Amino acid sequence: MADAPKRTPLYDLHVELGGKMVDFAGWEMPVQYPMGIMGEHKQCREKAALFDVSHMGQVILRGENVGEKLETICPQAFKALKEGKARYGFFTNEQGGIMDDLIVANAGDHFFAVVNASMRHQDIPHMAKHLDGVEVTELFDRALVAVQGPKAEDVVGTLCPAARDLKFMETILGEINGVECRISRLGYTGEDGYEISIPEDKASDIARAFLADENCEPAGLGARDSLRLEAGLCLYGNDIDNDTSPIEASLIWAIQKRRREEGGFPGADRIQREIAEGTERKLVGIKPEGRAPARHGVEVQSTDGENIGVITSGGFGPTAGCPVAMGYVITAHSAPGTKINLLIRGKAQAAEIVSLPFVQQNYKR
Amino acid sequence: MTTYYSEEHEWMTVEGDIATLGITAHAAEQLGEIVYVEQKEAGDTFGKGDEIGVVESVKAASEIYAPVNGEVVEANEVLTDSPATLNEGAEGDGWLYKIKLTDQSQLNDLMDLDAYKAFIG
Repeated sequence: MADAPKRTPLYDLHVELGGKMVDFAGWEMPVQYPMGIMGEHKQCREKAALFDVSHMGQVILRGENVGEKLETICPQAFKALKEGKARYGFFTNEQGGIMDDLIVANAGDHFFAVVNASMRHQDIPHMAKHLDGVEVTELFDRALVAVQGPKAEDVVGTLCPAARDLKFMETILGEINGVECRISRLGYTGEDGYEISIPEDKASDIARAFLADENCEPAGLGARDSLRLEAGLCLYGNDIDNDTSPIEASLIWAIQKRRREEGGFPGADRIQREIAEGTERKLVGIKPEGRAPARHGVEVQSTDGENIGVITSGGFGPTAGCPVAMGYVITAHSAPGTKINLLIRGKAQAAEIVSLPFVQQNYKR
Repeated sequence: MTTYYSEEHEWMTVEGDIATLGITAHAAEQLGEIVYVEQKEAGDTFGKGDEIGVVESVKAASEIYAPVNGEVVEANEVLTDSPATLNEGAEGDGWLYKIKLTDQSQLNDLMDLDAYKAFIG
């Protein structure tokens, strides 16, 4: 029997705001509020939106040479990660597949990691097992709130002026209404913004303080998904998983030069070989020509009707104003501009390979 | 002219053997913002329970099942370019089809407005 879904410290606030609650990875989360997914999505692109991402796993890594030890399970250059900086990364398996993706920050006297809700049960023991001499502590008493959008700097900066000075992928401890929070300038929407780790008993007060700003509205998982898709960002379990390599997933940008050359991480054989020789298939952007959205699992065909791949994420892009999708196709068919067909409910629908992202990323570099 | 409702959240206004068919405002609200409607064409015939279209919201795709046997007389073309019409007027401008009924007795299995209201609570 599945356990009853868990609730985040913001559950009561979601219900009060009219959130439509659904079970997501064992958590009772708002998929949307009365504004609707379309409106919440545009709110985030145009002003600022607040997302509860407390279901994600927040982890403290404390010990000697944490960055160096992380390099034994991740292909990122964490040894060189400076204090106050965060970096996107992933755990690889021995076959060169992706076990999960995560954010790692150097918080000075410790490292701070955020992992996917659905993979907490795997990632925490994985780190505890492989990071010798590192104390791995999952935080169960903190909320995580994302404030994203072009007005996020104003919304967060009004309550914490120091947040204004952060650049993309920088993190600090800052005070918000007298409460010490970890404020990181990053997110997963393609927009500028912050993710803020807050003690659970203060989370609702601080979320309300952000929402009191006329430019900030709550947004749910629905908008979060359409935002990350338009921004060309992978969703673990859909676009990347144990069977996809980071090279196939076009995530080579997240493997720093030294690590590409030196290896020394699980699956390095395959990943280094793929860097040198290329891959048989590749994750690409796909734009249907008609209005029918192509969703996860839709078969991709060449214009000759040959099966060449599959859609891994797809839906309607509210900012793009059309259906948008990502999927794997055989590399020979992966060049932007290549005409393809999508088999939607048994009918071939015309589409085209396009460059990602669908909407320009808007980070504060 | 009588309006009937189905447990699959469709409405049907009948005049003689011709009916206008759509999804209820309640269903449209549950689906959320509709971005695509796939319809049958005039002349297509169908039996009760057959899939006669798909309505896609930002979130997901939902099939429409025929509440009766019939034949498509006209599909509402407005929905092709303006699927949001379904949200704005599910029980008006957002109708899906004009159909020809081929078994009037099936209307007896459908609900009237009061029964439908009770059904959706």
